[in-house]
Amino acid sequence: MLRRYPRTNLWREMDQLQREMNRLFDPSLQGRPFRSPSYPAINLWTNEDGQVISAEMPGVRMEDIDISLTADALSLSGTRYPDEVAKEAHYHRQERSYGSFSRSLQLPFMVDPDKVEANFKNGVLTIWLPRAEADKPRSITIKAGK
Amino acid sequence: MATKKDQIEVQPREEVTAQEGERTRAQRCFIPRADIYETDRDIMVVAEIPGADEKSVDITVEKNVLTINAYVEPLQPSGYSLAYAEYEQGDYQRSFRLPDEIDREKIKAIVSDGELRLTLPKAEKAKIRKIKVAVA
Repeated sequence: MLRRYPRTNLWREMDQLQREMNRLFDPSLQGRPFRSPSYPAINLWTNEDGQVISAEMPGVRMEDIDISLTADALSLSGTRYPDEVAKEAHYHRQERSYGSFSRSLQLPFMVDPDKVEANFKNGVLTIWLPRAEADKPRSITIKAGK
Repeated sequence: MATKKDQIEVQPREEVTAQEGERTRAQRCFIPRADIYETDRDIMVVAEIPGADEKSVDITVEKNVLTINAYVEPLQPSGYSLAYAEYEQGDYQRSFRLPDEIDREKIKAIVSDGELRLTLPKAEKAKIRKIKVAVA
């Protein structure tokens, strides 16, 4: 849904879009978030000047997060490590998942890379992606003809 | 649920049910995922509470039940509107039953990077406890 140019496979994109639309109108799922295709789950805020992406990544250390940006795609990767436990320790319960992750997001516009900011606080990653000036829509004045 | 080995899975969220009284906060409340492991000295509980910091976590021990409450100030970038969501923000609540061997006075809690770590130390006498068998 984030893609402007369905480059890879148009039909697959169409199928996915259809599934997402069905989900959107499914009364039993009303108001529930979309299922995230891979870790981390993200939320996305927009306005005319750009967008903000946030992701909850509790237990991931800041130095283990890698953010990279190309002209119109953002990729997030990293690793969450479990506690180093002593040999004799044993788990009563293990509900959390550990390991590496990698996720790419297509951005709907060109980003000004110098103005991108990322912040990681209390296990929540927030990335501010301002839209490049050159990419913003501009109004064109119509000159009166003769 | 199984995905490729060594890759983090996206795990669904469980909501706290209203059986213990209806909530009075507007936000939803989730059960934080937790790992619990035991060493010789203590029992460690590591729970996920993204968005909460040390000031917004309440821990109470009542009888044998330890309850954690984490209140999250939801992220809302000003001037932006939510266009797409894969997760919901909310508070966290979960209770754990404490075994008798835990020294209630020495329980420690640390919050960092969205994780709450509880150290539940075993009482001295619980570490080694030998019982003499008397001859009848």
